Amino acid sequence: MPHRPISERRPMPSGVPSSLPRRGVLALGAASLLVLSRPRAALARPSLEAALAAFTGGAPVHDGRVRLDIPPLVENGNAVGVTVSVDSPMAASDHVTRIALFNEKNPQAEVAVFHLGPRAGQARVATRIRLATSQTVLAVAQMSDGTFWASRASVIVTLAACIEDLT
Amino acid sequence: MTRTLVNVPKTARRGDVVEIRAMIAHPMETGYRNGPDGAAIPRRIIHRFTCTYGGEEVFAADFHPAVGANPYVAFSTVAIESSTLTFTWIEDGGAVHAATAEIAVD
Repeated sequence: MPHRPISERRPMPSGVPSSLPRRGVLALGAASLLVLSRPRAALARPSLEAALAAFTGGAPVHDGRVRLDIPPLVENGNAVGVTVSVDSPMAASDHVTRIALFNEKNPQAEVAVFHLGPRAGQARVATRIRLATSQTVLAVAQMSDGTFWASRASVIVTLAACIEDLT
Repeated sequence: MTRTLVNVPKTARRGDVVEIRAMIAHPMETGYRNGPDGAAIPRRIIHRFTCTYGGEEVFAADFHPAVGANPYVAFSTVAIESSTLTFTWIEDGGAVHAATAEIAVD
């Protein structure tokens, strides 16, 4: 098949040599922008597992007996009301000794540890905590027989705590 | 003197489980924030809270920076005798804040 002379080929529109490489370049640029603007990885913090292991001493943690009340959607992460209650008779022979709260994504995994005893009458504590972002909150109770029980809840936070600055 | 607020029932019957609430005015500075000059604000939090009833410790808490400003805690105890409840908050650096409340048990 004979080639047509170059002069007979349709000229490209002026200024746009070829649309495909241009799109490619644009896509490349957008991709590199995405990579550059990705937030810096959070500073290394002890993981939830490490903090939990430090609390339990490596003992197994069972699900149940603990009730963690926290709103599923909070507007302000600076003060999130949390109530933890544990199913326990709180008798001298069988009571809750400690209740710990942990988080998944704050700069530190620990939130608070509460020390109770049979004189508490009921195993129920409440406080207000800070949440830096939407994440899972974990409540762990240690019983007088040495067993650990846990409950977790996920929370969506619209205004984060901890990371705002004063500028 | 830092402002503290404790809520203990004035009277209770022997053996009742009474709810106690305690709060202290404190910024609970996390150590993760920067000031207007860009410098990091050092951590200053209440890291320990205790409650004694008739001299015996009935409740204690260890706080980390994730506890909100003006730390508030609610817990319970069994009313066993007319006595004084003493609340203690210990700040980073060792400053101690205290409050007391009386309970009459019949």
